[in-house]
Amino acid sequence: MYDVIIIGGGVIGCALARELSRYQLRLALLEKEVEVGFGTSKTNSGIIHSGHHAPADTFKGKLEWLGNQNWDQLARELKFGFRRIGELLLAQQTEDLDYLHKLKMQGEAKGVPGLEIWPPQKIQKLEPNLSHSILQALHAPTAAVVNPYEACFGFVTCAQQNGTELFCGSPVLAISATAAGFAIKTAQHNFSCRIIINSAGVFADRVAAMVGAADFKLIFRKGEEYLLDRRLQGIVSRVIFPVPSATSKGVLIIPTVDGPIMVGPTATAVTDREDLSTSFTGASKVFATVRQYCPAISERDTITEFAGLRAVADSEDFIIRPSPVKNFINVAGIQSPGLTAAPAIATYVIELLRDEGLKLQEKSTWKAEIDGPPRFTRMTLKERNAAIHRDPAYGRIVCRCEAVTEAEVLHAIQHGARTLDGVKFRVRAGMGRCQGGFCTMRIMDLLAQAAGLPLTETTKRGPGSEVCYPRHDNLSAGDGG
Amino acid sequence: MKGLLRKKYDVVIVGGGPAGLAAALGARQAGAEQVLVIDREIEAGGILNQCIHSGFGLHYFKEELTGPEYAERFIRSVSGESVEVFSNSYVLDITPDLQLEIISGDYGHLQLQTKAVVLAMGCRERTRGAIRTPGFRPAGVMTAGLAQKMVNMKGLLPGQRIAILGSGDIGLIMARRLTLEGCEVIGVYEVQPYSSGLTRNLVQCLEDFDIPLQLSSTVAFIHGKNRVERLTIAPVDAQLSPDHSRARDVNCDTLLLSIGLIPENELSNKLRLRMDSATGGPQVSSNLETSLPGVFACGNVLHVHDLVDFVSEEALRAGRFAAEVATGLRRPSDNISLQSGENVASIVPQSLSPDREQIIYLRVKQPLKNCILTIGERYEKSFRRLIPSEMIRLTLPQGVLDRYFGENLRIDVRLREEA
Repeated sequence: MYDVIIIGGGVIGCALARELSRYQLRLALLEKEVEVGFGTSKTNSGIIHSGHHAPADTFKGKLEWLGNQNWDQLARELKFGFRRIGELLLAQQTEDLDYLHKLKMQGEAKGVPGLEIWPPQKIQKLEPNLSHSILQALHAPTAAVVNPYEACFGFVTCAQQNGTELFCGSPVLAISATAAGFAIKTAQHNFSCRIIINSAGVFADRVAAMVGAADFKLIFRKGEEYLLDRRLQGIVSRVIFPVPSATSKGVLIIPTVDGPIMVGPTATAVTDREDLSTSFTGASKVFATVRQYCPAISERDTITEFAGLRAVADSEDFIIRPSPVKNFINVAGIQSPGLTAAPAIATYVIELLRDEGLKLQEKSTWKAEIDGPPRFTRMTLKERNAAIHRDPAYGRIVCRCEAVTEAEVLHAIQHGARTLDGVKFRVRAGMGRCQGGFCTMRIMDLLAQAAGLPLTETTKRGPGSEVCYPRHDNLSAGDGG
Repeated sequence: MKGLLRKKYDVVIVGGGPAGLAAALGARQAGAEQVLVIDREIEAGGILNQCIHSGFGLHYFKEELTGPEYAERFIRSVSGESVEVFSNSYVLDITPDLQLEIISGDYGHLQLQTKAVVLAMGCRERTRGAIRTPGFRPAGVMTAGLAQKMVNMKGLLPGQRIAILGSGDIGLIMARRLTLEGCEVIGVYEVQPYSSGLTRNLVQCLEDFDIPLQLSSTVAFIHGKNRVERLTIAPVDAQLSPDHSRARDVNCDTLLLSIGLIPENELSNKLRLRMDSATGGPQVSSNLETSLPGVFACGNVLHVHDLVDFVSEEALRAGRFAAEVATGLRRPSDNISLQSGENVASIVPQSLSPDREQIIYLRVKQPLKNCILTIGERYEKSFRRLIPSEMIRLTLPQGVLDRYFGENLRIDVRLREEA
């Protein structure tokens, strides 16, 4: 019997697992995919919003700024990539100016520091590659960028280190209420628990409906993102926003944590909650829009594109509340700024649990920090030499585009990576300009060597996405040689 | 091994594929004493090691070899020439005064000084991202080169029912290879109205196996959430945009991409070398020297070749010229610059010198029949048929360029006017 089971290992479920792992509880996190962070969290813009975007009388508005303030410490403790680079929201037309001032006031009322309206001269001086026709811009120094999947891995590693049990590849098939709480049936195991927290992302409505706890509706809004070649690295130094529309923050220019520029997302309503396809129209829209404020960006520099789905509640605000079913708490409709708010959502849910009568006693042994993965490109010359001296695998570059060493790939595998995407999102191998053309076979060999995974069972992101097949004559298949 | 490590070299070659190996040989033949090849892979030979088909060496060795056989001949020659080879090593940076920063499994983090550098990093394949093919992102979409490595080096198959986008040579070779392996290759789709592969590959890899080549068509959507399930194939208009009204779906589990090669010039860009947007490689003089004195380039990093024989020839020359610089010999600078004229897509080198025999490589923009190639007013040559996928190699004997001193010379290819 678990005290609490969290359903859904996106950034919300992972942050919550870590937060709950502080207390003397038996805790499990169930994830449908083969690894955590493989849903909306993986296909996300990776922005920690500055805190001024959403109105203060909404959950989004309250938790955005609260969440924002947690990330520096989290990045230090959990060793994920994070840079507080600030954002610039551009007024391109005179009617945009009012919005800039309104947003500044909204932010200041919430206590967001450092908001400043920049005149064109200052924009041109500090972001010389932006269009010279921009009228004014609102600078918010509190915005940051993060690798959201790395954050998920960090949260979950810390939670596991503090006793949380993680079950990946475990889609929940049925939930029933019992005298003591709930019985949960997954594809692999059956669980029983006192409390369920539903953070199942785009599937949260279905999970809630399994036990009659769905007092909300979800719609799905797709966003396409385009990652650009390192050639354009540094073209902007801050996250660049246009004035937003009713349904989205608009197409952004995002200097990602590791340097490459990403542009996107679009915002298109879709009915299929697994529709992660990109489109001609999406690409045209992204590049046509972004070129209005940064003419040097070209679609010809695209190295890869992807799409993600935002789960949007019918109220348009986050749903973080006890459901009609006792001890079943919904954390749903976590659209933007959900990543930013994640740490604050986790704290808020703890308070909800306390209110529901859960006894929360802190563990004396709780450890906030994890060792974190090694990062060759972030080492100094001296550190590199020491690392190679200690382990020659640091001198073997596996991914030439992103300079990822064999030691880092092996570390990722030792810490749970079992798929090509799992390795890619942990250490960037295969994320660069050749998109795995050169390193895929070598990573498959390392998965075979370190995890005992036969080459023919290697998948891109879990069962059904197998990468290759044995030869028809079956000779020498999978011998790794 | 550490005791052998020299800190100073005459010529350092970045890349141990066919270009790098031939450059090392050329450098030694021209008198460079200390020559080092730095290679990323465990074994030298580059991409030749996975090219188990034959057809290599017809020009250079006058016999037909497989890729590994061709590589082996150069590896043997190089090892007989006391050239140092660092395998499993990776050049992080080159400074303008020719210091190299290297990371190596055997030696750790190294800094070396050299008198000349030859860039021979080769090229990589264009990916789905480069053409922004819409649709899902399932397993089963990969470059033809990765499929080649999978089949030839690992004995694995990329799928069972295979479609190929782009008619580049690796795609054509893989169409044949996978058919021989028992897979079903349902077709090759090429966005251009003409193939981008060599004629011999069209005949030997597609026609001989009844594999359809569909020109002026592309993949307009990739279906399948986990693994490729089907593709939407659409004809394209004159602007190469797909016509969705005439699209149709085909079932397959794999999509191989053979949509072009990109010279791997990240180090060249770090060095701020002057680049040629037509070739994707650095601009070079007639002695294959880039805009930074002492830095040379050859092979696919300079411009994508279709035959390794020409890579070897070019790289031998680059190695020799690098050795000349390293040993203190200076040739007069070029004084003729070349300009692409009518129907000419790209030219290497970008300038010439009239004082010795010159070799020029160029490509045309579109297929042409019965045409004349002219260089300024002094040189002309007739061709029955030219296609963009087959590089033209010209030798200009000494003397042809005498009259052109300090001029800008245009190369044109025009249709021969009917009498």
